[in-house]
Amino acid sequence: MSNFKLPVCLLALLLLAGCASERVVLLPSADGKASAVIIRDAKGEVVLNQPYAATVRRIDANSTYQASPEEVKARFADALAAQPVRPSSYVLYFEPGGNVLTAESQVVLSRISQEITERAAAEIMVIGHTDRVGSADSNDALSKKRAEAMREVLIETGVAADKIEAVGRGERDPLIPTEDNVAEAKNRRVEINLR
Amino acid sequence: MSKICRTVAGALVVASMSFSALAVDPAGMVKSSKGPVSIERGGQKLLAVVGTPVLPADKLRTGPNAAVGVTLRDNTLLSAGPDSLIIIDKFAYESSDQTGNMSISIRKGTLSVATGKIAKKTPESVDFNTPTSVLGVRGTEFVIEVGEGNDE
Repeated sequence: MSNFKLPVCLLALLLLAGCASERVVLLPSADGKASAVIIRDAKGEVVLNQPYAATVRRIDANSTYQASPEEVKARFADALAAQPVRPSSYVLYFEPGGNVLTAESQVVLSRISQEITERAAAEIMVIGHTDRVGSADSNDALSKKRAEAMREVLIETGVAADKIEAVGRGERDPLIPTEDNVAEAKNRRVEINLR
Repeated sequence: MSKICRTVAGALVVASMSFSALAVDPAGMVKSSKGPVSIERGGQKLLAVVGTPVLPADKLRTGPNAAVGVTLRDNTLLSAGPDSLIIIDKFAYESSDQTGNMSISIRKGTLSVATGKIAKKTPESVDFNTPTSVLGVRGTEFVIEVGEGNDE
C-alpha cells in the first residue's frame, strides 16, 4: 500500500508545481557591469549571466532560453514602469577646519535642493567626513557638525526635517587615504544621497 | 482603585505595544503607486500611497491594472505589476557601515528588481524567493513572473 502512496503523492506535488509557471529574466545592469542571477531549486541550480538570459519552469522542468527586450516589455511593462527613480549621490567639499562649503559646492547644493523637490517622497541621507588633521575624536565631532550643517541648509531650503538623516563618519572613510595629520581637501566632504 | 490600576496598566501596555511597532526600522518607502495597492501589516490593511513606509513582514498586494514601486533603505528598487503579491520576509540595514540582509518573496504576479548596497557588499545575504526556487544575486537587475501562484 505504502508503495502506491508515494508515487501518488509525488504526482500531486508535480501537478501543484506545474500550476505555478515561473520565469526569471536577467536584464542589462544600469552600470554596464557583468551581473548574474542564480536560481536554486530542489533539482539544482541555473545561472543566468548574460543580458536577457532567461529561465522558465513548467511542470517541474526548467528550460533556459534567450529572451528579447520585446518579450520583457510585453510581460513586465507595468512592473518596469512602476520602478522608482534611481537613487543619486553628490559630494560637497569644505574649506579647511570648519563647515563652510567651497564655492563650487555651493552651486551643487542648489542643484540638490532642486532635485529633492522633483523626487516623489524624497528621502535624504547626509554623511559627513573629515581629513586626518586633528584627533580621531575631534574629527568624529567635526564630520557630524558638517553633516548637521548641510542638514540645516537643506531644511532652510524647504526640505522636511524628518526626511533627512545626518551621520558623521569622522576620518574613517577617506576618498584619498593619507598619513595622520595630513590635510587633504578631497577628504573634507559631505556625501548627500537622495532616494 | 484596582480598577483604575488595571486601566492605567492596560493603557501602558497598549502604549508600549504601539511604541514597539514604531521602533521597527522601516525597510523602505512607497515611491510610486497606481490603482488599488495595499500593504497588509499584522492583520491590518493599509492603502499604499506614495510616501507610505514599508516595514519588514509587510505584504504588498496590487489589484488588476495596479502597480507599485518601493525603494528600500539600501537603494534596492522593487516594483510590481498587476495582480501581484510581494512579501518583505526580512530586511535589516545599517546605513553607517552599509551592512545588512534581506529576503523578499514573490508569491504571484510580476516583480522587477534592481539590487542595492547590501547586494553590492555582501551578495550572499540577499535572496529572492518564488514558490519553488531561491534566487541569489551578483550585482543585478532582473524580472520575475509567477503565474497562477500562491495567494497567501
